[in-house]
Amino acid sequence: MAIEKHNTPMLDQLESGPWPSFITGIKRLRDEHPEARINEVINDLLGQLEHSYETRKGYWKGGTVSVYGYGGGIIPRFSEVGKAFPKSKEFHTLRVQPPAGNHYSTAMLRQLADSWEKYGSGLVTFHGQTGNIMFIGTNTANTQHFFDEVNEYGWDLGGAGPCVRTAMSCVGAARCEMSCTNELKAHRLLVNNFVDDVHRPALPYKFKFKVSGCGNDCQNAIERADFAVIGTWRDEMKVDQDEVKAYVADKGRQYYIDNVITRCPTHALSLNDDDTLAVNNRDCVRCMHCLNVMPKALHPGDDKGVTILIGGKRTLKIGDLMGTVLVPFKKLETEEDWETLVELAGSIIDFWAENGLEHERCGEMIERIGLANFLEGIGIEPDPNMLSHPRQSSYVRMDGWDEAAEAWFERKAEAG
Amino acid sequence: MADMREPIETGCPDPWQYMHPVMRKNFGMWKYHEHPRPGVLRHVAYSGDEIWTVKVGTQRILDVFTLRTLCDIGERFGDGFVHFTLRSNLEYMVADAAKVEPLIKAVEDAGFIVGGTQNSVTMISHTQGWLHCDIPGTDASGVVKSMMDELIDEFKSTNMPNRVHITTSCCQINCGGQGDIAINIQHTKPPKINHDLVANVCERPTVVARCPVAAIRPALVNGKPSLEVDERKCICCGACYPPCPPMQINDAEHTKLAIWVGGNHSNARGKPTFQKLVAAGIPNNPPRWPEATAIVKRILKAYKEGARDWERVNEWIERIGWPRFFEEVELPFTKYHIDTWRGARASFNASNYIRF
Repeated sequence: MAIEKHNTPMLDQLESGPWPSFITGIKRLRDEHPEARINEVINDLLGQLEHSYETRKGYWKGGTVSVYGYGGGIIPRFSEVGKAFPKSKEFHTLRVQPPAGNHYSTAMLRQLADSWEKYGSGLVTFHGQTGNIMFIGTNTANTQHFFDEVNEYGWDLGGAGPCVRTAMSCVGAARCEMSCTNELKAHRLLVNNFVDDVHRPALPYKFKFKVSGCGNDCQNAIERADFAVIGTWRDEMKVDQDEVKAYVADKGRQYYIDNVITRCPTHALSLNDDDTLAVNNRDCVRCMHCLNVMPKALHPGDDKGVTILIGGKRTLKIGDLMGTVLVPFKKLETEEDWETLVELAGSIIDFWAENGLEHERCGEMIERIGLANFLEGIGIEPDPNMLSHPRQSSYVRMDGWDEAAEAWFERKAEAG
Repeated sequence: MADMREPIETGCPDPWQYMHPVMRKNFGMWKYHEHPRPGVLRHVAYSGDEIWTVKVGTQRILDVFTLRTLCDIGERFGDGFVHFTLRSNLEYMVADAAKVEPLIKAVEDAGFIVGGTQNSVTMISHTQGWLHCDIPGTDASGVVKSMMDELIDEFKSTNMPNRVHITTSCCQINCGGQGDIAINIQHTKPPKINHDLVANVCERPTVVARCPVAAIRPALVNGKPSLEVDERKCICCGACYPPCPPMQINDAEHTKLAIWVGGNHSNARGKPTFQKLVAAGIPNNPPRWPEATAIVKRILKAYKEGARDWERVNEWIERIGWPRFFEEVELPFTKYHIDTWRGARASFNASNYIRF
C-alpha cells in the first residue's frame, strides 16, 4: 500500500550540496525500505521534522520508558503533535554502550543493523556526545525486544539520567604512539564496576568517566568528565637525536626555534649548537606539543601512569568547570594499581552521593564545600599539584596550621 | 511479568574482539605516525608493522542503508575493521598500503568525504536537535549539513594553522561541547509560562532549585499553584524548561544563535581553555542558517591568514589580542561581552598590556 508522503520543502533543501545529507538517508528509509512499518514511521518523522523547520520549534517530550530490570538507558520521546504524525508518535532512543575505544568489525555493525531494522526506525548514530551508540526511534514494546536481542549477543544499555554514564576512551594504545596507559582497560574497569549505578539512576546527577592516553586529551576528559584519566609519564622523555637533527635540517633552525623551542609552556627545551635537543625534564609538564611536532624523534618515557582530575562539566548550573587534579600520578601496572583506581572512583561516588545536592555535579559540590573539605572527605592528602597557585585571600582561620605542617613533613619523610 | 527476560549486565563490551589484528598485535607498541595526505594516517610499530587509516566524513545520522554501504566498502576495499572518532568520523584501517588508494576511491564514489585529519576543519560535533531532543532550540543536524557543505574544502585539505574543532548545540546546556568555534542557541527572552499546566506537570521545588539566579518562586496564578519568574533577574538560560516544559523558552523569533571561540581541550602548549562569546543575536534561520555560516567563515578566514603554525584559535587570539580579533572578523564588541558571572574579574585586563 502506497503511503501518502508528507511534503517536506524545507528539508528538501538539505539534500543539495556536497556533504552527505542526513535527509537523503532518512528519505531512503521512507521510499526504499521493504518494510511498510519503517516507511510509515519515517514518513511521519519527516512530517514532524518539517513542521519543526517551519515553526522553528521542537515537538518531543520525555516520559518514563525503560527495559525490564533497569531504570534508565532509554531516552523516551513522545510527540506533542502525534495526532498529525501518529506513526512516529513514540520515538524512543536506546543508548547502547560501545566497545571501549569505539572499535568495531563490519560484521558486528551488520548484526546491530539487522536487529535494529527488525524493531526500530533504521536510524542510528555512532555516537552521541556522552559516547553511546544512539539507536534512534522505536516504540515502547520494541524497546524491550531490541534490547533483549542485542543484550543476548553482548551489548548493554548505557546511562541516562542521574547515574554513572557511559564512559569514553581514545583509540589509545591500539594505534597511537603517544599512549601512556591501557585506555581500554581503564575505561572498562571503571564503568563496569559501576553497572548498577549505570542502570539504576539514583545519584545526585550524572557522573562521567573519560580516559585519554596523553595530555592531548582527545576525549575532552578534563573539560567534560567528572572523573578524567589522562596518561602521562614521570621519567625522562625519549629523544632520538638523529631524528631531531634530521628535522632541523629539513625545516631549518628558525622554524624549529619558533615552533618547538619557544612553544614549550615551561621553557624546558633548548636547541644545542650541534642541532640536538636539550630537555629539562624536571620543568617539563608533559603537555605533548613537542612530541606532536616530531612524533618520530620524541616519545614518552618508560615510567608511565596517569593523572586523575575530578569535576569537569559544562555550564549548568554554576558555570563551566574544568577538572581539578586529584591524583598527580598513579601507576597502572599491577592488579593492585587497577583495584585502587576503582576504589578511588567508588569512594568519590559514595561521598558525592552522600553530600551532593539534587542535580549537583561532583565538581559543583566541590565548589560548594571547598576542595580541602572534599579531600578530607575522601581521605586524600592535599598536594600543591592540585592548584595553579596557593591561596590569595588572607581571610581564613588556620587553627590547625602547626599540625598540618607537621603532617606534611611526616608524609615527606615516609615517602623518602 | 513472569516471562520477562532478566537483563545480562555486561556493561561496556571488550573491544579486543572487534579490533584490527595488526592493532591487536602491536597494542602499546606503536613508534610513530606520518600524514601522507589529507585524510590518511600511517602508523608504524616498533615491530615494523604498519597500519593505514582512512578517515571518512559522513552525515552522522546513519540510516541502515548507509551503514551497510559503509560496511560493504570496509569489506571489499578494507580489512573489515572500523573505528569511530569522537567527532563521529569513521576510520577504516588497512594493513596493506596498496589498499589505500582503491579504498579512498570507493569511499568517494559512494558520496562520502575523505579528510578531517591534522590541520583540517574536521567534522562538526553536534547532537540531535529537532529530530529527537525534547528541549532543542534548533536542529543541529541541519546547521551542520549546511556548514559542512561550505567548509568541505577545508575538511579535505590541511591548510589551517592547526586543527579546527567546531561544535554546535541546540540549547545552552551545550551538549556539542567546547570548540575552537562553537555555534550555540542563546535564548533571549524569559520563559512563557502556561500556568494551567504547571501544577500537574512540574515538581515545583525542583524547578525553583534549578534556577542559577534564584529568579523562580512558587505562586498562585488564577487560583492555581504555579511558578512565577522575576523577569529582571532572569538570564534566559532555559534551565527551568527541562524539568518544567510549561515554562516554554523556545520561541520562533527570540531563540537566536550565538558564536563562541577559543575552546581547546588539549594541554599542548597551554592548559585547556573554555570558549568565549564573540557574536550573538544571529537568526535561527532554517533550513540553511546562512547568517551563522557567514560569520564562521569570516572567523576561519582571519584565523587561516593570521595565525602562525601550530596556533589553535585561542592561541592566535591570545597573541593578537581581542581588539584586533573583533576588527579582523568585523564583529561588534558590546557590553554583553563583559562577563558578569562568578569569577568574571579574572577576565579583566589588570595591566598596561595594550596593543597599538
